[in-house]
Amino acid sequence: MVAVSKLSFSYTPDRSISFPDFALAKGEHCLLLGESGSGKTTLLHLLGGLLRGYNGSLQVGSTELASLSESALDKFRGKNIGFVFQKNHLISALSVEKNVIMSPYLAGINIDKAHAHEVLTSLGLASKIKSSVKEISQGQAQRVAIARAVMNHPAVILADEPTSALDDKNCALVSNLLLDVASRNNATLVVATHDQRLKDKIKNQIVL
Amino acid sequence: MNEFVLVWSYLKAKPLNTVLNILLFALGIAVITVLLLFNNQLEEKISSNAKGIDLVVGAKGSPLQLILCNIFHIDYPTGNINLKEAEQISRSRLIKKAVPLALGDSYQSYRIVGTTPEYVDLYHLELAQGEWWNHELETTIGTTVARELKLNVGDSFQSTHGLAEGGSGHEEQRFVVKGILKQTNSVVDNLILTSVETVWHVHEHAAADTTAVNHDIHAQHDTTFVASRLIPTHPAGDSTKEVTSLLIQYRSPMAAIQLPRMINSESKLQAASPAFETARLFSILGVGVEILTGFAYVLIFISALSVFIALYNSLKERRYDLAIMRSMGASKGKLFVNIVLEGAVLTALGSVAGLLLGHGILIALGTGVEEMRKAGLTGLVFYSTEWIILAGSLLLGVICALIPAVQAYRTDISRVLASN
Repeated sequence: MVAVSKLSFSYTPDRSISFPDFALAKGEHCLLLGESGSGKTTLLHLLGGLLRGYNGSLQVGSTELASLSESALDKFRGKNIGFVFQKNHLISALSVEKNVIMSPYLAGINIDKAHAHEVLTSLGLASKIKSSVKEISQGQAQRVAIARAVMNHPAVILADEPTSALDDKNCALVSNLLLDVASRNNATLVVATHDQRLKDKIKNQIVL
Repeated sequence: MNEFVLVWSYLKAKPLNTVLNILLFALGIAVITVLLLFNNQLEEKISSNAKGIDLVVGAKGSPLQLILCNIFHIDYPTGNINLKEAEQISRSRLIKKAVPLALGDSYQSYRIVGTTPEYVDLYHLELAQGEWWNHELETTIGTTVARELKLNVGDSFQSTHGLAEGGSGHEEQRFVVKGILKQTNSVVDNLILTSVETVWHVHEHAAADTTAVNHDIHAQHDTTFVASRLIPTHPAGDSTKEVTSLLIQYRSPMAAIQLPRMINSESKLQAASPAFETARLFSILGVGVEILTGFAYVLIFISALSVFIALYNSLKERRYDLAIMRSMGASKGKLFVNIVLEGAVLTALGSVAGLLLGHGILIALGTGVEEMRKAGLTGLVFYSTEWIILAGSLLLGVICALIPAVQAYRTDISRVLASN
């Protein structure tokens, strides 16, 4: 599902970073480990098509990302990739429901409200569907972000430090939820983190 | 979920900012709308009042006053002219139609105009009910007079000497309403029409307190009777009688060159052109209108600036939102369109609110202020220019949003997302 070989990226002409080769099958999960500044986020952004202009090969599904135009990449990202960030970055002007619905809307997929409610309910947010995102807790917000990431049944879920801002209890909850929704959607989960608490959960680890 | 829901959610998230922006914009548009409605209607009124009248002949004095008094019925007469002299002028080959007016009396500040049936033709008047004035003291009244004073056919009233309210009354004579005119949307709606003889009669009565000579239509049966060119029911060449003015329609365009000069130089009378005098009046009023229009444009400019600043500032707070939207598959173009749409929605709402406010102000003034009501100005008319205002506002909103939208377009998503 994800195949990286001889991948490198240049921030500036004299500052570049190389990544180890690796490949993940459909439904296979992995951790990207490394100190801050080691390029975890850069790799994650490359995998998600948020950064373009890499050297080497980077395939998601069977698509070489460099072969896509910018707008094609936007579409590809919308349909195939779900993001979960450290801070949940929900759109504060919108309700919980609308935040989740944004995902199919922006990807240009038919909006299925029932599916949105189903996903939110499965994440224990049934009572918060109509709430403003300003009224929910940090842990709930992270769950909304997860719901948003899996709305479009992505093939790949990319999570950037999803648990580092959470306490142990919420960390366990969120990591379990991530693994749970990923396996339910048969999606490949890639988690970039320096959070030691996740090491036991995902055995497949790549150290940068 | 669609673009408008998204834009609306963002606007709703900052209600005070949004309301302020809409209000500012609405104020500017409202001032423009009021000026537009007022000016257009005033011009329409003036042109419809002066339609078909090429020249007004009256006593010497201010030509503008002559026009204001005899066409718009707002100023006082410059004086009276001798009927015999007026007849001499009306004999000119250059004149197609000459209609005499005799002013001087009023009822509840609505003017009583003594004239002839020619006046009816001149203004293309039609009856709504009743009939035309025929005998002395019979009147046919305009719709506004009927409505405001609650007069019906068959009612009678006492006139007042002078054109303002509260003059001395003409006690013995009671006018009778014989008919009510159809609405004309011109000054005629505010007039009480009667015969010239009635005006004379009432005044002779007041002045001398003697029984007036009966200038009734029976005079026509007299074999030696030569009718006046101006007042068919009155003998010609009567130099004891006076009228206030003559409304003249030219026979040919040549008259416009010759007739005013002839009258102004060769007689004791004065000729004034409604077209020329109203143009002069508008150039005087124009200064005030221009200042107000300038003020409105300043308001609109400031509100456009405020929309720009609001979008620009909110964009800084929204950098993460924009990056997240990109991460969910939104294209650069979609973000660009969303920001532009937000500017356009703000100014469009402001513009619609402004147009409504402008019309509302005129409706309030039109019903509340007697002068406005008399002038027949209303807020319930729409001009095609208002579409231009709306389109212009949308365009302005787009322009205000352009710079923020370009910034949204250029957002470096990876950097924004990595910088937390």
